[in-house]
Amino acid sequence: MAEIVIKNLRKEFGAFTAVQGSSFTIRDGEFFMLLGPSGCGKTTTLRMIAGLELPTSGQILIDGEDVSMRPASQRDIAMVFQMFALYPHMNVRKNIAYPLVSQGVPKAQVAAKVAEVAKILRIDHMLDSPVGGLSGGDRQRVALGRAIVRNPKAFMMDEPLGALDAEFREIMAEELRALHDRMHATTVYVTHDQLEAMQMGDKIVVMNHGVVEQFGTPQDIYDHPATLFVADFIGSPAMNFLRFDGTSPAGATAVSMGDTLVALPQLQETATGSLVLGVRPEHVALSDTAPLRGRIEAVEYLGTTQIVTLSTPFGPVKARTPSTQPARTGDLTGLSLNAPRLSLFDATTGRAFRTAANAGVHHG
Amino acid sequence: MSAYSVTEPSKASKWVAAALVVLYTIITLLPLVWIISTSFKSGPDSISYPPKVLFEPALEGYVNLFTTRTRIAAEDFAALPPPETWYDQIVRDQGMVIAGQSRFGERFLNSVIIGFGSTFLSIFLGTLAAYAFSRFKVPLKDDLLFFILSTRMMPPIAVAIPIYLMYRELGLSDTHLGMILLYTAVNISLAVWLLKGFIDEIPREYEEAALIDGYTRFQAFRKVVLPQAATGIASTAIFCLIFAWNEYAFAVLLTSGNAQTAPPFIPTIIGVGGQDWPAVAAGATLFLLPVMIFTILLRKHLLRGITFGAVRK
Repeated sequence: MAEIVIKNLRKEFGAFTAVQGSSFTIRDGEFFMLLGPSGCGKTTTLRMIAGLELPTSGQILIDGEDVSMRPASQRDIAMVFQMFALYPHMNVRKNIAYPLVSQGVPKAQVAAKVAEVAKILRIDHMLDSPVGGLSGGDRQRVALGRAIVRNPKAFMMDEPLGALDAEFREIMAEELRALHDRMHATTVYVTHDQLEAMQMGDKIVVMNHGVVEQFGTPQDIYDHPATLFVADFIGSPAMNFLRFDGTSPAGATAVSMGDTLVALPQLQETATGSLVLGVRPEHVALSDTAPLRGRIEAVEYLGTTQIVTLSTPFGPVKARTPSTQPARTGDLTGLSLNAPRLSLFDATTGRAFRTAANAGVHHG
Repeated sequence: MSAYSVTEPSKASKWVAAALVVLYTIITLLPLVWIISTSFKSGPDSISYPPKVLFEPALEGYVNLFTTRTRIAAEDFAALPPPETWYDQIVRDQGMVIAGQSRFGERFLNSVIIGFGSTFLSIFLGTLAAYAFSRFKVPLKDDLLFFILSTRMMPPIAVAIPIYLMYRELGLSDTHLGMILLYTAVNISLAVWLLKGFIDEIPREYEEAALIDGYTRFQAFRKVVLPQAATGIASTAIFCLIFAWNEYAFAVLLTSGNAQTAPPFIPTIIGVGGQDWPAVAAGATLFLLPVMIFTILLRKHLLRGITFGAVRK
């Protein structure tokens, strides 16, 4: 198993820059998520780590060794593809054994290893079936088997659950995480599904337009988004953005939004110009006494909670409140924001201002 | 179930469809039946009018195809010892004696060498080129592909005279190599285009999986791509073989003695001792066989799907 270090990695396809200067470190044994919308460069980054694309510039170190320009076959990495990519002209056993055969492992050892892997993945009863007739989940297990059979330095997974039905996806997500906890193999996992990333990852890199927007634990990223993009991309419903113009010096513990003073974590730099206050729906409470006023536009009942949509002078706001709290469409009410959990962004650059709360967060 | 269904054809329309298919099959097969039955007729039966559908089978056509015969004076004929073999007998019955072997066997072998040789070469080069066009960044890819296609835009025979002169200069006239190269040149554009289509259909992930599993690019091509492309290779091979096997015009122009193929040879049988239709039909029947056998052998590949569902799309 291995630590993977990415330094200023860049990839251009002709005039198009897919990845521009990414840097991050994947620690030994980490389940590492590359998250972003389609076309953000996450798959290209994964393919560069795997050796299927060569970087335009920058370095990839696996266990301290620079492998940037080595072919895939010499990197000792395994990959699980979204489309499984099982060899269709081979049965399950041969598919799993294939990576060992390429290394010239003796036959008896191959058989033993395949049997062991099949048992872990509970596919030992179908070793002699052709891969064509298998269900999505079983194909996924065979693809995993082919990846883990030779104990590679790291696993690359390109949206491995993307092609599965919703019900299978849940099961396989749990199985994948359980398998990882058992093997402690460094895993790089590409997904566009923020829930999947939060649920399974130890660390997440959020990418957009080829740029690393943020890099950190799921909780860091959820609680303290480094940019407007991350704030909007992670969480459902998304973070609320209240837009206003103002100035707040370093050291301030509140911003004035028009006539209303809103408390927030202590600013560590001066915020001025076009600003955006970010607040997650669960950190908005309805309180008649709060100075920030809004009108209830819609109420969505979700069982234990409800999503209340309000219109405010700073734009629409969604609040997640207990469903026991009465909320009627058309009512005027106050919004009380949970000060320690607020973020303040620069509307032009999208960057979050440094505050006492997000001091340790890694920016891309 | 209602009596009328939108998706299920009615009984009557099924019968009509079946009748049309049977009719079409008969029309298609009639020339083949004619050729094969004529090859087993005797000389007089083959030209009788109205044509004989039921006749006494004879091997005269096949014997005449493989032999050259000569008429000898009546007194000499009477003085001959009794025929030694069944084919001697058949020739004697026509009032002739065997003068020697005909060149049909040789011509047929030439067809096999040139037909299969050029098919192999077209497929070999075509697969490599198609793979490169399909998978790699080839400079001027579209222009090159169009150029390759453009070689097929004019009838090959339009360049017959330059090729004739060129072959004479190069010493390729009437050689097996010359004919193989010529048919390969004509077929390769078809092969590249057809095979590129088939290889484009094979997901790259297969090779990428093999590359990551520790195989080189060439090993991945040989062990993963080629088995997947088998269907396409088989059907392309059939097209190439049919062209090279049936080609007549260049064969007439460029071959005479050494490398002559069967198509220009078969009509020359007509000139030997009058119009020997059974022998011509026998030659045509034998000539049909290899392509038919080749097609039947590869039929399995033609019918089989490419990926049989290992990739979910």
